[in-house]
Amino acid sequence: MDISKKLQILADAAKYDASCASSGTVKRNSLGGKGIGSTEGAICHSYAPDGRCISLLKILLTNACAFDCLYCVNRASSNVPRARFTVEEVVSVTLDFYRRNYIEGLFLSSGIIRSPDYTMEQVVRVARELRQTHDFKGYIHLKTIPDASDELMAEAGKYADRLSINIELPSETSLKTLAPEKDVRAIRRSMGRMRNRIDEAQDDKRAPRFAPAGQSTQMIVGADAEDDRAILATSANLYSSYRLKRVYYSAFSPIPDASRILPPQAPPLVREHRLYQADWLMRFYGFDAGEIVAQDTGHLSLDMDPKLAWALRNRDRFPVDVNTASRSQLLRVPGLGKTAVDRILAARRVRAVRLDDIPRLRVLVAKVLPFLIFPDHTPHRLIDRADLKARLVPQPRQLSLL
Amino acid sequence: MLRIRLADETDFEGWRDAARRLLTRGVPPSDVVWTVGEDAGDLFTHAVPQDDTPKDTGEPVSVPRGFVDLAKQVVLHNDPQRFSWLYAMLWRLRKEPRLLTVSVDPDVVRLEAMAKSIRRDIHKMRAFVRFRKTAIDDREWYVAWFEPEHHIVAANAPFFKRRFTTMNWSILTPSMSAHWDGEDLAFSPGASRTEAPADDALEDLWRDYYASIFNPARLKVDMMRSEMPVKYWRNLPEATLIRSLIEDAQRRTDTMVATGPKDANERPQKLSASKPAAKPEGGTIAALREEASHCRACPLWAPATQTVFGEGRPEASIMFVGEQPGDTEDLEGRPFVGPAGRMFDRALEDAGIERTRAYVTNAVKHFKFVPRGKKRIHQKPAMPEIRACRPWLEREIEVVQPDLIVALGATAAQSLFGKAMAIGENRGRLLDAGQGGPPVLITVHPSYLLRLPDADAKEAEYKKFVDDLVVSRRALDKAA
Repeated sequence: MDISKKLQILADAAKYDASCASSGTVKRNSLGGKGIGSTEGAICHSYAPDGRCISLLKILLTNACAFDCLYCVNRASSNVPRARFTVEEVVSVTLDFYRRNYIEGLFLSSGIIRSPDYTMEQVVRVARELRQTHDFKGYIHLKTIPDASDELMAEAGKYADRLSINIELPSETSLKTLAPEKDVRAIRRSMGRMRNRIDEAQDDKRAPRFAPAGQSTQMIVGADAEDDRAILATSANLYSSYRLKRVYYSAFSPIPDASRILPPQAPPLVREHRLYQADWLMRFYGFDAGEIVAQDTGHLSLDMDPKLAWALRNRDRFPVDVNTASRSQLLRVPGLGKTAVDRILAARRVRAVRLDDIPRLRVLVAKVLPFLIFPDHTPHRLIDRADLKARLVPQPRQLSLL
Repeated sequence: MLRIRLADETDFEGWRDAARRLLTRGVPPSDVVWTVGEDAGDLFTHAVPQDDTPKDTGEPVSVPRGFVDLAKQVVLHNDPQRFSWLYAMLWRLRKEPRLLTVSVDPDVVRLEAMAKSIRRDIHKMRAFVRFRKTAIDDREWYVAWFEPEHHIVAANAPFFKRRFTTMNWSILTPSMSAHWDGEDLAFSPGASRTEAPADDALEDLWRDYYASIFNPARLKVDMMRSEMPVKYWRNLPEATLIRSLIEDAQRRTDTMVATGPKDANERPQKLSASKPAAKPEGGTIAALREEASHCRACPLWAPATQTVFGEGRPEASIMFVGEQPGDTEDLEGRPFVGPAGRMFDRALEDAGIERTRAYVTNAVKHFKFVPRGKKRIHQKPAMPEIRACRPWLEREIEVVQPDLIVALGATAAQSLFGKAMAIGENRGRLLDAGQGGPPVLITVHPSYLLRLPDADAKEAEYKKFVDDLVVSRRALDKAA
C-alpha cells in the first residue's frame, strides 16, 4: 500500500479525536541544534470546513484494533480498510510536513494490537526517533494506553509535550455497555500516575522531564443517555483529580460501517458547543458544575448560552453596578467576557465607566444592559420583565450558524 | 506646519527621536505631518529644524509602562496615519499619565485595535506561510510566497529562523523578502509571485491529509472562514479542495446514515494470548486487597481513583488505623504516603516504632472529596460510609491478628468501637473495644497536627502524639 493511501486511512481513523492543540508547553527552538522545530505558542496552520483547527499531523499508527468500542470507526468488528505505518514512515511524513510549515508537530495514537505494552512501545518509538535521531523540537502529543507499563509511560512523557487518555464516556455503566474492553478504573489510575509525574517534573527541576503541556482527555457526547449534569460533574471531577489541561467534548458523529447497537445519527453540535461554554464557566468564570445546569432538566438549554440561562434563573442577583461590583460578580454578567471585565476593572480605577463606553469593549450592549447599572443608566426593573428571555435569546435562525 | 520624514515604513527609532524633540518643544499634534521615504511632500510644510535651543534636547521622555511596546507594534501597521496617532497619544499622556489603562477611551481603543491587528497578522503569517522545496545553486532551498497585510516581515523573520534553523529558506512578499542560509538572516526588496516555485511534489500528500481529517458530518464553514480568511486561500495548497469538500459533505453524511449498520467483520483483530494474572491465595491481605478493589458497598468508589487498601507486615503486632486516604494516597493507591503520612513517619521514628514492623490502614478505603477547580477538598466520611467499609477493617484485623490497634483520630475510633469516642478523654491508654479483639489505643490523626496554625501549639500537640505512640510501644514490649 502506498504512503498516500495509508495516510488517507490513518488520518480518517484519527479525526474523531477533537484535540489538535499545540499549546501549553515550554518554549523551545532549533537554534544551535541539529534539527528543526520550535514551540512558541499554539499555531493553527489550517482549518478544515468542519471549523476545526489543523495544528498537528493527527494520525493513528495503525487502525487495526482488538477492542470493540461500539462508537468507534476502528473497532474490531468494523469492516473499514486497515493500514499500518512503519515508524520510519511516520517520522518522514512528520518532518516533510513540518519543513513546509504545514504543521506544529505530531499527534500520534494507535489501535490496540497484540498487547497494551506492545502498542505503547510502537508509539513511543516514533517519538524517540523524532527527538533523538532528528533532534525535532516541534510539538508531540501521544495517546497513552491505559495498562501500559510504568517504564513506557515514563519514556512517553520524556519525549511528549502532552499525553492523553480518553475517558470516552461520563459513566462507568456507559463505558461497560459501549466499550466492554475498556476499564474506567485503569483509565483513572493512569491519569493519576500521569498527574504524579507531571507535578513532580514541575515542582522539582531535577526530576525527569515529563509532558510539560500536561494531560487532556475526551468525552463523547450523545452516544449514551447521560445528561449534561453528569457530563459536567465528570469533568469537574477529572479537572480536580488529575489537573487536566482540557476535557474535550466530541459530539457523537456518524461513522462509516456503524454498529447495529449505535446507529448513525446527526451529531449534537449545539449541545457540544453548550458543554464547551459550560466548561469555560467552570474553569475561568468561577462557576461550580452543580449550578450551571438547571435543577429540573439535567440539561443545558440549547437556545441560549449557559451563563445567560443561569442569570435568568438568578435574577435576584442583578442588576449589579458596573463601577462597584466585584470581579466575580462582573464575570457572572451575561455578555461580559474575561477581557471585558479586566478592561472595566482597569478603566474604573481611573474614571467611572459609562454606558457609552460599553460598545468600545466589543460587548453586545443589548445583552448586558438589563444586568448592569451605569452612572447614566439604570435598567428600570428590566430584570423583572417576563419577556426578558425573549428579548435576549437569539432567534433560532442564528443558531444554525454555530 | 512641521513635516517629519521617516527613513522607512517601520522606522520606530526615527519616530521616537522626532517625537521627543517635538514634545520638548511643545509642538501640538495638529501641527505635524509625518511622511515616509523620499516622497515630494506637502509644499507648505517644512522639516523640523535641528535647532540648538536648550529646550530641544531630544532627551528620553518618560512614558507609562507599556507605551513603548504598544508603539513598536503600531508602527508596523499599514495605516498611513499611525505615526500621527502615536504622537497624539504621547501628547495626551503628558496630562493624563494613566490614560493607557482607560481601555474604554476611544484613542486607546484605536491603538490597541491596531496592535491587535498586527499581532494577528504576525500570527497568521506564522500559520499560513507554505514553503515549496526547490534547489538554488545545487543547495536544497525552501521558498514561500506570502502576502502580509502590514509591514511585519522583518519583525517576523526571526521566528522562522528559530524554527527552521537547519534549513535554507526564503520568504518572498510584495514589499520585502527575507532569506536564511543557515548563518545569516538577510532582507531584500519585494518580489513577485512568479519568482517563487509553482509547486511541490509533497502538496498532494498534504491535500490527502486535509481531505481525510475533515469530518463531513460537522460542517462549520463560517468558523473556518473567520479563522482562515478567504484572502489567504490563494497561497494555501489545501484550499483548492475546500469547495468540493463542502459540496460533497451532505451527500457523504446522508450515505453514512442511509447505509446504516453492516455485519460484523469476520476476522477481527485479537490481542495475543497473555497469561491471566495469578489469583492471590485466599485468606491473605493480597486476596483481600484484590477483592476490595472492586468494592461498591458505598457510593464513594465512583468519584475516586481507586480503593486504597491497608499495607504492611501481614503478621504485624501493631496495626494503625487512620481515617481515609487523601489526595496523594488516592493517586498512588497506598495509605499514608501524603503530607499526613510523612508527619506520621516522623512521629513513629521519634516514638521508636519501625513502620516496616507495622500494618497501616484506614477506616474508610476511598477518598471522599468535593472538586474545587484544580483541587479536591477533603470531606469527613459519614456514618453510613464508615459502616459500609467496616467489614474490610474487620477482615484485615482477622488476618493480621495484631496485639494492639492504634486508632488515629475520631473516624478510626468510631469504626473500631462502633460509637463516637471523645479523643480528649480517651487518648493514650489501652481500651477494650469489645468482641474479644485486641486492645485499642486512641490518639489524634496526624493531619490534625498539620492543620494547627500556631507553631507552639503544633509542637505541644506533636509531643502529646509521640507520647501516645510511646505508650503503645511500651505495651507491645511488655506483651512480647
